Amino acid sequence: MWMEIGTVNDIPKLGARVVQSGQGDIAIFRTADDEIFALFDRCPHKGGALSQGIVHGKAVACPLHNWNIDLVTGEVKGPDNGCSRTVPVSVSGDIIRLQMPDVKATGTHG
Amino acid sequence: MKQKLIVIGNGMAGMRTVEEILKRDAGLYDITVFGAEARENYNRIMLSPVLSGEKCFEDIIINSREWYVENDITLFAGDAVTAIDTTTKTVTSQRGLTLGYDKLLLATGSDPFIIPVPGKDLDGVVTFRDLDDVNRMLAAAKLGGRAIVIGGGLLGLEAAVGLKANGMDVTVVHLMDTLMERQLDEAAGYLLVSELEGRGLKVLTGANTKAILGDTKVTGLELVDGTQLKADLVVMAVGIKPNVALAREAGIEIGRGVMVNDQMQTSTADVYAVGECVEHRGLTYGLVAPLFEMGKVLAAHLTGGEGVGYEGSVTSTKLKVTGVDVFSAGDFSGGDGAEDIVFRDAARGVYKRIVVRDDKVEGAVLYGDAKDGAWYFQLMKDGADISELRDTIVFGQAYAGGGAQADPSAAVAALADDAEICGCNGVCKGDIVTAITKNDLTTLDQVKAHTKASASCCGCSGLVEQVLSLTLGDAYQMQTVKPMCGCTVHSHDDVRRLIVAKDMKSIPEVMQQLEWSTPDGCSSCRPALNYYLLCALPETYIDDNQSRFINERVHANIQKDGTFSVVPRMWGGMTSAKELRAIADVVDKFEIPAVKVTGGQRLDLFGVQKKDLPAVWADLNAAGMVSGHAYGKSLRTVKTCAGNQWCRFGTQDAIEMGIALEQMTWGSWTPHKFKMAVSGCPRNCAEATIKDFGVVAVDSGYALHVGGNGGIDVRVTDYLTTVETEQDVLEYAGAYMQIYREEARYLERTAPWVERVGLDHIKANLVDDDEKRKALFARFMVSQKALQEDPWAKRAEGVKDAHEFTPLKIVA
Ligand code: SRM
Ligand SMILES: Cc1cc2nc3c(=O)[nH]c(=O)nc-3n(C[C@H](O)[C@H](O)[C@H](O)COP(=O)(O)OP(=O)(O)OC[C@H]3O[C@@H](n4cnc5c(N)ncnc54)[C@H](O)[C@@H]3O)c2cc1C
Ligand code: SF4
Ligand code: FES
Repeated sequence: MWMEIGTVNDIPKLGARVVQSGQGDIAIFRTADDEIFALFDRCPHKGGALSQGIVHGKAVACPLHNWNIDLVTGEVKGPDNGCSRTVPVSVSGDIIRLQMPDVKATGTHG
Repeated sequence: MKQKLIVIGNGMAGMRTVEEILKRDAGLYDITVFGAEARENYNRIMLSPVLSGEKCFEDIIINSREWYVENDITLFAGDAVTAIDTTTKTVTSQRGLTLGYDKLLLATGSDPFIIPVPGKDLDGVVTFRDLDDVNRMLAAAKLGGRAIVIGGGLLGLEAAVGLKANGMDVTVVHLMDTLMERQLDEAAGYLLVSELEGRGLKVLTGANTKAILGDTKVTGLELVDGTQLKADLVVMAVGIKPNVALAREAGIEIGRGVMVNDQMQTSTADVYAVGECVEHRGLTYGLVAPLFEMGKVLAAHLTGGEGVGYEGSVTSTKLKVTGVDVFSAGDFSGGDGAEDIVFRDAARGVYKRIVVRDDKVEGAVLYGDAKDGAWYFQLMKDGADISELRDTIVFGQAYAGGGAQADPSAAVAALADDAEICGCNGVCKGDIVTAITKNDLTTLDQVKAHTKASASCCGCSGLVEQVLSLTLGDAYQMQTVKPMCGCTVHSHDDVRRLIVAKDMKSIPEVMQQLEWSTPDGCSSCRPALNYYLLCALPETYIDDNQSRFINERVHANIQKDGTFSVVPRMWGGMTSAKELRAIADVVDKFEIPAVKVTGGQRLDLFGVQKKDLPAVWADLNAAGMVSGHAYGKSLRTVKTCAGNQWCRFGTQDAIEMGIALEQMTWGSWTPHKFKMAVSGCPRNCAEATIKDFGVVAVDSGYALHVGGNGGIDVRVTDYLTTVETEQDVLEYAGAYMQIYREEARYLERTAPWVERVGLDHIKANLVDDDEKRKALFARFMVSQKALQEDPWAKRAEGVKDAHEFTPLKIVA
């Protein structure tokens, strides 16, 4: 189910905001060139809130122990291993929509 | 008895000759040096980086005053020789000294050429030759405004870029159609103009100066075509003329310079000359390499050695502007029988042209990638047959001779022993290898000291390091500076220097100018750059919140479960019923799960929900409390002990001192966290000697200690000095914090920093030099003016970063 969650300008450039959902927090990221990505707000390491990290390029550095997570795939970059679950997003004009995850479909990732 | 040698001119050629003499036979002469400039001998070449701010004068001194003393040389600095009597063999100086000589050396250099136009003597017209000129330019640049540089040669462009770096609006006015026309061809000249224009300089070519305008002070410049330009400063950099007046009056033979033979002898017995003041075989020189060769020849002659004599030099040039790589050598006018091999890469802005005649390199112009300059120059000087290299020569040494060799040290390994590594000082690879093995050298600085390689323009230091590593093998650790992070090749120190030198104002600008390899950096360099800019531009920089770690972005410590902790300031560890009541009230109101006394003498409220932070702060603010910055690379706490208010041993009021320190320094951002403590007596109950800055009160005042750490590697402070009054303590603390703020690398605590730079360095700035300390303190206070604003208050009011504390949306 696609759902409108806000506008691109609601999120600071190179920053993130959180959508609180029944299935947990979802972090919505905005890159320097205004691309939008969404991941479950849990670091595969020890559950750090990725929405609180520093966004750079198409990655975010977790605020707790600085693992770098790829925003496109949710994969941990570099020497460490793991994956955060991605959530499909679409942007039309300024409006961001999220395909809210199907409760049954969890578990493929993360 | 020793023979008396008098040297006129305390410059680069004269003193090099003296060094060469000492090296051969230190006991032969009783040496006296007269220098018109009132200072020690320095590396004139490096005035350009001094102007641009990349170096300071202390960095470019070649021989300190102690060196003269150690070598028994009498130096009259600031006393020019005014007359030479070659019959009585004496010289007379401005201050009236008359001294006899057995041998006399003229090394008077040259004077800047002043174009004879109206207005040339106005206030605000300067040349670029010595440190006084640089100081004049820097003083003018402080006032801002417009500068015009007449002359688009090496010197003029280095002046122009330097003035631009100091914030002036700069125009280069050049007579010819291309810049540096004697060194560059048109294509390279064009690239250079676009590069300079890209940096915001204006360049007018084919522009002939008619007059400098103004009544007493410069106001502008008029060109022959009638154009008028406004200016507050005019720099004449149109050329030099050998300084021969003294020799002429003494009846020594003069051409364009002082005439010398291959032994550097003038027409008069026992009078010699070296440097820019001479004319040899019809040529005069304006670069250091030939002067150093002259110095060697003369030293050999004066110490009784037999040598072939000086036969003239082939020179090459490099422009010393950071980020602009230009090299040229030889003849590249082309013409009949000359072949051009040209390589261009527009995207990278690279242009290379090798001029070949009869299978020999006749000249080379390199723009944008000049690392093979030395190699082409060597091929040219050797007259090497390059027919075998013909197809690949333009790609440089690593690729020439078939097959790409990606390893740069392979190229150095392949060099012959007589290949020149240091162009300025004429040092060959073999000399360096011999010096390393004979004297067991292991560092670049040692090689510099023994061979002079890379001691002048430093351009070859990379090559010298490679020779070191090839010679020593695994025993040598390349001192290549560690880059800040994977996004750049520059080190922390270089980035800091360049930010200031080039007056960069934002993170994107730094990344663009210093060619970051990632679009927007990473979580390691961004916070560092944000700090460096904030420190460099205390009054104008707009903090980049997205480049701060979460703790500093939301002014609270993130916890493992995603909640936050809140630590309000308790000045000097003091609190009151009102504060404690307010804390108790917020704990109840927001159901804060834990309160703890910290190791920093205050209270920590653990487990606060992020959304509650602004409201918690509002309540704490209402009771007069502000952020304790327990989360920041910033001033943390100032711990105190009971002091003489209560304690039977207390000698001073430690509590009051601690509060005063905290009130002066809170809010300051630092490279890493910064902690202080004040103990009332040497029993030291506040643990001041493991703090970044510790104060231990004694009967006579306050003993100050720096560079302590109680963390991972416990380090006891170093004793700095003892001062008398509370005001002194504040001044030293502010100055110390400021020098740490300005010099340390991001995330380097004072303990490792003090160990790296040495306590002497800190003492030299704080204790030995009242002016430096006061200036540091003043800069600290300027920065505090902008920083002492409670970050909680603004967020509590909801005017700042409201988005941080509310979810974007809540869905079922
Ligand atoms: C709260 C406190 C512990 C306590 O309950 O006493 C504390 C808590 C933390 N300290 Fe500390 N330190 C606290 C006093 C100290 C002290 C004692 C002192 O200041 O007198 C030290 C040793 C003294 C020193 O710094 O020289 C100390 C040495 C460290 C270090 C090691 C620093 C070092 O240079 O080696 C770290 C790690 C770091 O900074 O990288 C650290 C880091 C931390 C962090 C910030 C870890 C982190 O990055 O999240 C802890 C945050 C806990 C939280 O979630 O709030 N903490 N920490 C103390 C807060 C003091 C305050 O009021 O601001
Ligand atoms: C800004 C700048 C950048 C440069 N960059 C480069 C570069 O990149 N590469 C390069 O190879 N060269 C460069 N040069 C040129 C180089 O600095 C000179 O070639 C070199 O300094 C000349 O040495 P010298 O000893 O002949 O003259 P100087 O170094 O000028 O020394 C002469 C000294 O004699 C003193 N003197 C003169 N008359 C008297 C007197 N009557 N009594 C006592 N003292 C007297 C003068 O005050 C002066 O200190 C640069 C020059 C400048 C100004
Ligand atoms: S010592 Fe400091 S960093 Fe370690 S667990 Fe305790 S509070 Fe955290
Ligand atoms: S929880 Fe993200 S890096 Fe440890």
